[in-house]
Amino acid sequence: MSAAELVGMSGSMPESVGSSDGAADDLILVQDFSFYYGAFRALENLNLTVRDREVTALIGPSGCGKSTFLRAINRMNDTIRGVRYEGDIRVAGQSIYQADTDVADLRQRVGMVFQRPNPFPQSIFDNVAYGPRVLGLAGDKADVSERTRLALSQVGLWEELGDRLDRPALALSPGQQQRLCIARTLATEPRIILMDEPCSALDPVATLAIEGLMRRLAERYCIVVVTHNMQQAARVSDRTGFFWLGRLVEFGPTNDIFTLPQEKLTEDYITGRRG
Amino acid sequence: MDASRAALSRTTRPTRSGNRMEPWIERAVRLAGLSAIFIVALIFIFLIRLSLPALTRIPLSAFGDLRWYPIEERFGLVSLVVGSLLVTAVAVGIAVPLGLVTAIYLGEIAPPWLGDILKPLIEILAGIPSIVLGFVGWVALAPLVQRLGAPTGLTAFTGGLILAYMALPTIISIAEDAIDAVPKSYRDGSLALGATRWQTIYRVVLPAARSGIVTAVMLGIGRAVGETMAVMMVTGNAAHVPRGTSMLFQPVRTMTATIAAEMGEVARGGTHYHVLFLIGALLFLITFAINSVAARLVGRRRTGEGGG
Repeated sequence: MSAAELVGMSGSMPESVGSSDGAADDLILVQDFSFYYGAFRALENLNLTVRDREVTALIGPSGCGKSTFLRAINRMNDTIRGVRYEGDIRVAGQSIYQADTDVADLRQRVGMVFQRPNPFPQSIFDNVAYGPRVLGLAGDKADVSERTRLALSQVGLWEELGDRLDRPALALSPGQQQRLCIARTLATEPRIILMDEPCSALDPVATLAIEGLMRRLAERYCIVVVTHNMQQAARVSDRTGFFWLGRLVEFGPTNDIFTLPQEKLTEDYITGRRG
Repeated sequence: MDASRAALSRTTRPTRSGNRMEPWIERAVRLAGLSAIFIVALIFIFLIRLSLPALTRIPLSAFGDLRWYPIEERFGLVSLVVGSLLVTAVAVGIAVPLGLVTAIYLGEIAPPWLGDILKPLIEILAGIPSIVLGFVGWVALAPLVQRLGAPTGLTAFTGGLILAYMALPTIISIAEDAIDAVPKSYRDGSLALGATRWQTIYRVVLPAARSGIVTAVMLGIGRAVGETMAVMMVTGNAAHVPRGTSMLFQPVRTMTATIAAEMGEVARGGTHYHVLFLIGALLFLITFAINSVAARLVGRRRTGEGGG
């Protein structure tokens, strides 16, 4: 498999979505989606569309439901007991909450980067090779190595660590660990990458590195990032959604949200009067 | 400000009087720690001292004799060592896979309410006196083994089954604790990559819990090697070397059972007496070796993890 194919889409993904679902660039379609933890309604009637090859930022105060929404897109909420949902989310035209949805396959196509870097307590190489090995993407050992090299190059770690891949991943700096986690996700050939406050455990220099990486990755992937940091949302995203108490108050081009918010609530939040 | 300063001085005052106690507390703790080492050393010296006469009175080659027949001064240890190894091997072969699978089930798969019921039950199992298990083995298990075709129900296999049962609670609880201690973020990371639950358990959770799992297995083996009463009741206690394909279904005698059965009847200071102590020293060395291997496996794991 060539490098171009590898960083592109997995073969099973339809390149364009059905015409009934809107424009070809609309990759994630959320329709009347509500989500409950037991009796508590964490998300209320969400409707939005996320475009391919863009960075979409989700902002809002703690507990407003933005992380819950993010984890609904790759169904990581399934690991929590007593959750319930209504409505639908479609990824590339396919509803992901059907009885016959292959959740493992969904999570391969929709990768996730967590708030705290969570590399496995294994070597750098084994961390990145984990996806290709487990998912059976790689043909032989050379193929695994090549995929690992490519993924590490994409996050700039190959230059830094190419000769030390057998070192334990937990010995890396937090910033390197987070980039390693991104590389680990890239190695599974996802189309969408969800990032849940990926910089909140990092220092400013490492944060800038991740933000630059997000911009570069947006040329090939659809990126959805949850962030507490409004400057970060303004810097990296094409579109921004503002969540408040489980509702999506406002969603639009980042420039518009930060310069001409339509809702009073949004304006109060981004100017720091409420939060 | 005043309030916080008052609080500060209130907390420092007891510490200052604690300073006077500090050297004494330190001495007491050191004494307790050293006495543990001292007692182990004493036991070892005692064992060596009492088994040495056996080594001087009997040529080493005599211990290789296939027969254990103390009345005729035949002290072949082969049958006893083989008996212990067989019973332990059966116990480990059953208890380790079963215990690990149970621990995985409890830690990763069982719904929480079921775990809350099962875990205390398993800990109760660990508290059953071994003599009671020996009784159960004698009454319930031995007839079953005999029905499998063995000439008698009291065999190495029966002893191994009972021992497996005794080692299981140890293996399950310690392995389950180790699995439980693996951070949820590792599981999330694996699941989010598209791995299945089983792939996540097998390739991320178990390797991360390895040091605890090794400890669990080693403690289980240690329990199996050292157990006496239950084994004495169900293995038939025939001191002969089992042979052939049916060796598991022949009566054997373990090292522990030999000491327990014969110690009361030997003349103090006689050769037989000292040979029994030699068997004890041998058991001590075996468990010591198991612990060293475990410590090394766990230690290698730690360095493999690097900082973290």
